[in-house]
Amino acid sequence: MDEMLALLSLSDTGWGDEIVSGVGVTISLALATLPLGLLIGFFVALAKQSEEPTLRLAGNIYTTVFRGLPELLTLFLVYFGAQIGIRQLLLAMGSETTIEINSFLAGMVALGLVFSSFSSEVFLSAFRAIPRGQYEGGYAIGLSRFQTMRLIILPQLIRIALPGLSNLWMILLKDTALVSVIGLSDIIRQTGIAARVTKEAFLFFGVACLLYLALAILSSIAIGAINHWAARGDAPR
Amino acid sequence: MTAIVNERIQPALPPPPVRRRWNGTRTTGWIALAAMVSLLGGLSLYLILAWDSELVAKYAPKYWKGLQITLGLVATSLVFGAAMSLPVAMARLSPNRAVGALAYSYVYLFRGTPLLAQVFLVYYGAGEFRPELQSVGLWGFFRDPWNCAVFAFALNTAAYQAEILRGAIQSVAKGQWEAAEALGLTRLQAFRKIILPQALIVALRPYGNEIILMLKGSAIVAIITVLDLMGETRRAYSRSFDFQTYLWAAVVYLLMVETIRNIWERLEKHLTRHLRRDG
Repeated sequence: MDEMLALLSLSDTGWGDEIVSGVGVTISLALATLPLGLLIGFFVALAKQSEEPTLRLAGNIYTTVFRGLPELLTLFLVYFGAQIGIRQLLLAMGSETTIEINSFLAGMVALGLVFSSFSSEVFLSAFRAIPRGQYEGGYAIGLSRFQTMRLIILPQLIRIALPGLSNLWMILLKDTALVSVIGLSDIIRQTGIAARVTKEAFLFFGVACLLYLALAILSSIAIGAINHWAARGDAPR
Repeated sequence: MTAIVNERIQPALPPPPVRRRWNGTRTTGWIALAAMVSLLGGLSLYLILAWDSELVAKYAPKYWKGLQITLGLVATSLVFGAAMSLPVAMARLSPNRAVGALAYSYVYLFRGTPLLAQVFLVYYGAGEFRPELQSVGLWGFFRDPWNCAVFAFALNTAAYQAEILRGAIQSVAKGQWEAAEALGLTRLQAFRKIILPQALIVALRPYGNEIILMLKGSAIVAIITVLDLMGETRRAYSRSFDFQTYLWAAVVYLLMVETIRNIWERLEKHLTRHLRRDG
C-alpha cells in the first residue's frame, strides 16, 4: 500500500504530478472542444431544418460523414490530412518548410467535428419540438428573424436540448482519451508512460479509469446545477 | 322558383406556385452544398487520380483480412455482451437493494470510463498478473491482444446493453404483468411471452445504435496491435506514407455504418408494422 502511495505521490519520484497535469490537459481539451462543437452543431441543425433543400442536403451529408466515421479515424484524417494539406499548400507557394500540426488543435478539430454532427441532431429534434406559433408570435410583435431566434426560440431550445447535450458532453469527455494516440499528454498517455516505466500497468490504468469516473461524477453534479438553473422558470410541481 | 343546377361547377384552379425568390438563404445553401460537394468530390477525384494498382494489389487483400477481423471482433463482443447483459439488467431491476447497487456500480464503472482505458487495463494489466494467470491456466487467453479486446469490449457493451434492456423492460406498462398474472402465467412465462417481446421492440433502435457504436469503437484495438481494418490501415500508411490508405479506410467504415443503419431501419419498419396507423 505504501509503495503504491509513493508511486502516486506528487513529488519528483512519484507520478502524481505528471498525472495531474494529464488531467488538466484532458479537461482543457474537452472544454475547448465544447463551444466549437456546439456552435457548428447549432448551425448545421439550422441548415437541416431550413426550407432550402440545398442547405438541408449539405447538413445531412456533413452529419452522415462525421457520425459514421470512427472517432480515431477522424482524428488521424485531421492530423495527417492537415499536415499533408499544409505541406502541399506551402510547396505550391514555393516554400520547403514542413509544419508540425499541434496535436491539441488537431484533437480539438476532430472531436469538434464528431461532437457537432451529434449535437446537430440534438438541436434538430429540439427545433422540431418548438411549435411554429412561437416564430409567428415573434414576427407578429415586430421582432426581426434574428431577434426572434435569440429572444424567443433559443431560450426554449436550450432547455429542450439540455439532456441530449449533457449526454454528448459525457461522450466527449471519454473520447478525449483518443488524442493520447497522436501524442497529447492527457490522462491516458501520462498513466501509460508511468505504467511502462514502473511496470505497474494495472495500478496506473486503474487510476486513469478512476480519474475519468471522478470527472464524470463532477460533470453530472455540474449538469444537475445547470438543469436546476434552466428549470428555474418552470411552474413548481 | 327553384333553379336546378345542371352544370357541374368547375373547381377553382389551384393558385400558381409561388416562385421561389433568390435570397440570402438560397445563396448560403448553394455555397454550403458546393463546399461539401467540392470537398467530397475533390477527395474522390484524388482517390481516382491517385489510383495505384500496385498499392491496391499489395494492400487490398490486407484490408479485406482486417475487415474480417473487425467484423469478427464486433460480432463476438456483441454476442457475449448480450448474454451477460441479461443477468445485469435483471439485477438492476431486482427489488433487493444490494444487488441493484452492485449492478448499478458495474454499469456506471463501464459507462463512465473510456473504452480505451478499459482495453489498456485488461491488456497491459493482465501482463502484470502473469504468474497468477498461468497458475489458473488463463495466461494463454490474455496473452493474445484479440482476446483481451473481446474481453474488454464484451464487458463494456454488456453494461450499455443492460441499460437498454432495463429501460425497455421498465417501459412496458405494469398492467401487462398484472394481466399475465390474472391469466395464471408464472412470472417467467409472463416475462418470456408478454414482457420481453414488447420490450425488445422498444429496445430495437438503441440496439442498432449500440452495434454502430461498437463497430466505430472497435477501431481502437489497432493501438494494442490487433490488425483489424484500422490496424492494417495504420500499417499501410506507415509503410507507404500515402494518405489514400486512410481515405480508403474511411470509405469502408462509412459504407459499413450506412449499411447497418439502413438494414436496421428496414428491420424496425418491418417489426413495428402492426403499430403503424397509416396503411
